[in-house]
Amino acid sequence: MFMEEKQNSQTFQDFNQSIFKPKTTEEISEIIKNCYKKNVPLEINGLKSKSKIGRNFQAEKTLDLSNYSGIIEYKPEELYIKVKAGTPIKEIISELDKNNQQLAFEPNDFGFLFSGHSNEGSIGGVISCNFSGSRRFKSGSARDHLLGFQGINGKGEIIKSGGTVVKNVTGYDLCKLLSGSFGTLTVLTELSIKVLPKPETSNTLIINNPHLKKALEYLNITLSSSVDPSGGVFYPEHFRKNFTFNDLTQEGALIGIRIEGPLNSVDHRIKKLCNELDILNDEFSVLNQEQSNIFWEKTRKLEVFTALKGSLLRIVVPASETFEVVQKLKSYEINYFLDWGGSLIWLQLEEINTKILKEIKGIISDVSGYLTIIKIEEDMKASVDIFTIDPIKYRISEKIKKSFDPKRILNPGKMYSGI
Amino acid sequence: MSSLQMPKIDNSIISNRDKIIMDIKKIVNPENVLSHIDEIKPYETDALAAYRQVPLLVVLPESVEEVSKVLKYCNKNKIKVVPRGAGTGLSGGSLPLADCVLLAMGKFNKILELDYQNRCVVTQPCVTNLAITNAVQDKGFYYAPDPSSQIACSIGGNVAENSGGVHSLKYGTTTNNLLGIQVVLMDGTITNFGGKVMDSEGYDFLGLMTGSEGLLGVITEVTVKILRTPEVVKAALVGFTTIEDAGNCVAEIIAQGCIPAGMEIMDKALTKATNDYSKAGYPVDAEAMMIIEFDGTEHEVESYMQKAKKIAEINNSSSLKISKSNEERLKFWAGRKAAFPACGVLAPDYMCMDGSIPRGKLAEVLNEIARLSKKYDLPVANAFHAGDGNLHPLIMFDANNKESLRKCEEFGADILKYCVKVGGALTGEHGVGIEKRELMCEAFNNTDIQQQLTIKAALDPSSLLNPGKVYPILRKCAEEGRVHVHGGKTKFPDIPRF
Repeated sequence: MFMEEKQNSQTFQDFNQSIFKPKTTEEISEIIKNCYKKNVPLEINGLKSKSKIGRNFQAEKTLDLSNYSGIIEYKPEELYIKVKAGTPIKEIISELDKNNQQLAFEPNDFGFLFSGHSNEGSIGGVISCNFSGSRRFKSGSARDHLLGFQGINGKGEIIKSGGTVVKNVTGYDLCKLLSGSFGTLTVLTELSIKVLPKPETSNTLIINNPHLKKALEYLNITLSSSVDPSGGVFYPEHFRKNFTFNDLTQEGALIGIRIEGPLNSVDHRIKKLCNELDILNDEFSVLNQEQSNIFWEKTRKLEVFTALKGSLLRIVVPASETFEVVQKLKSYEINYFLDWGGSLIWLQLEEINTKILKEIKGIISDVSGYLTIIKIEEDMKASVDIFTIDPIKYRISEKIKKSFDPKRILNPGKMYSGI
Repeated sequence: MSSLQMPKIDNSIISNRDKIIMDIKKIVNPENVLSHIDEIKPYETDALAAYRQVPLLVVLPESVEEVSKVLKYCNKNKIKVVPRGAGTGLSGGSLPLADCVLLAMGKFNKILELDYQNRCVVTQPCVTNLAITNAVQDKGFYYAPDPSSQIACSIGGNVAENSGGVHSLKYGTTTNNLLGIQVVLMDGTITNFGGKVMDSEGYDFLGLMTGSEGLLGVITEVTVKILRTPEVVKAALVGFTTIEDAGNCVAEIIAQGCIPAGMEIMDKALTKATNDYSKAGYPVDAEAMMIIEFDGTEHEVESYMQKAKKIAEINNSSSLKISKSNEERLKFWAGRKAAFPACGVLAPDYMCMDGSIPRGKLAEVLNEIARLSKKYDLPVANAFHAGDGNLHPLIMFDANNKESLRKCEEFGADILKYCVKVGGALTGEHGVGIEKRELMCEAFNNTDIQQQLTIKAALDPSSLLNPGKVYPILRKCAEEGRVHVHGGKTKFPDIPRF
């Protein structure tokens, strides 16, 4: 048996192939060890749902983790699920559904944006990109839900950090460091993810036709209120057509505020919020659970940008600055919507060039925010910075990269040139 | 206390002391350089008072530029630096070295900005945890992580240790409530990680620094999230006739989708001790006592409380009392928070452990602790943040009796090893420091530890910043790993703990 496994493994490691599709941790480790020895750069892929995000880079070989998939252990009562990195998010969500639990950080689905239909991707990809949905300000992002991992560093060594318990301060918190590192430090193999019970009820207060300034005021009051919202978005009029629900018949822009919890508490909190916002009966409607879920799924999946032709930028600024920032952005040909209570701006640009991008970056950095290019024409990719970094952090990032991946073989240049 | 190996003393630094003092007096206000033994003696230990060491000198910088210059100077001259906040840490994270500059951050004690529109507070690191809540509570806000020592511990120390508290089940620990920090690296580089916005792009250095126990950088500014104070907070005191029932009740409450703000269990020994001490009205006959706290709107709290009550009854609760007023709720907590002094009455010395375990393993671990208690012939009392699986056994012993001390140390190490064995962690919230350093190899193998040391070397190649902490020097799994309190003579005997 052992011999047979060994033989398989040796066949597998045939270095002539350009795509590796390992099934075990040991195989991944072997592949990376070989690449380390031979200085062969690797592109790391899960289900490729987000592979277009980030810089283009040259990699001789591809490490495809789609066969490295499956739920290792799910303990609903301990509120965690342990999975292999290539496990589809869809599979995890449907498993959690059976126990009325969820991934509270609501991973964004970039499928509609890039390919016109849902493509949730893999858990490894979700953690590596750390893009989280509307519940972020209440429940944290992907990085807050990674309890522990096992991974392979750039030397092919199997490393681990964290565990399956929520409270753990043993050693450096590498879970945080690896979340959002776009596979440039370590190939994640096993992930222990915190899960949470689904709320009993989830309703949404829709406020009709506010202008931007008023909308931001409402969202600010809401996020500062004791009604404990779990989502706050603003869709300008342009996107109204995407939300044709029974209870949404009006024209114009809309605000969606999600309130979750036990049924009587949700009713009470929505009433309370309407009082706090001082809105009249004809200015708002309330989406029931079913419609509410559809509304937030559309938001999580960025459906308003389905098969988008132009570019998409993800901008985060302090909410207090959003109004001024959007006013300035309106001098370009844009469409946008706001999430995270106004702090996250999803910005679609019809036309983009390096000059416009530079100007927009200036607007964002002036208010201490940040901007990530999510979608841009391929031929522009080489001439713009997808991620922005200052020289000090570049130097630190370079050192950290080296400490995990000394020969720069894992997704080299995916985030920054030279890293 | 058993002897502790620390990094080798650099005698050239000791013999150069006068020159170093003179040099640093040129960088900071000379009055802020302490070198006389009477001045530096108070800095010889933190709240892990069993270990003491007077530093070479103490520097009290007043600005980030001064911190940067001091670190640059020390880096160039290969002088070790130990950063210190309020000095309330329980794992010896700011224990000085004989040849180190102790960087005491006490003068960084101002709150810089209350930003209600972005729901955050920007503060200097030596402001206490509670002072942040105090500064914003008149506007109806608070800072969620609440380590029990919050009246004294500093927010910078909280970041360095990733401190938790009794409400971390619902609100997370420091790392989940932190938006940004300003840091000075050992080479003097000043930089910001994060800011007022969430999830800044690039490598998550904010997350890496949080809980790094002062090994990677010195924190000079902190931005934390603040939350709206809940409308209503209610607590229930529940008694159980067996630990198993209490454990099952915890698991079921969570499985049913209720996430309490806090959920605490004490065993019979601790329930009795704390009740005698603080007259909290605890069910002293119960084998286990639980405090369950819910917060939110009136309806929400009421709904969850009724659900929890039913679950407790199904799990054979022997008594159940729901707080009728905020005063009564605080009384419920008073006993729990006085666990340290209450144990001081029972035995001349006790050691506090800090392990994390899966919630479902509570009964198994407590049974093992009871077995070990018999084996070592030492009494033990247990407090447990049941919601998030953080266990605090208090082992009672007599430090004047060497055999008793030796047994206690072995007992403590056995408990932590067992926590790791059942899938838990060596430390949930107190940090590794020097206390659990040699036990790291229970949780990590050499490759894991080497990876972490490589990160350290990337930012501090000469290993000058807080050396000797967190990572094993001996690479042996020594029998260490606890907080030792002798005759109530802890560094801060009066502040609440865990």
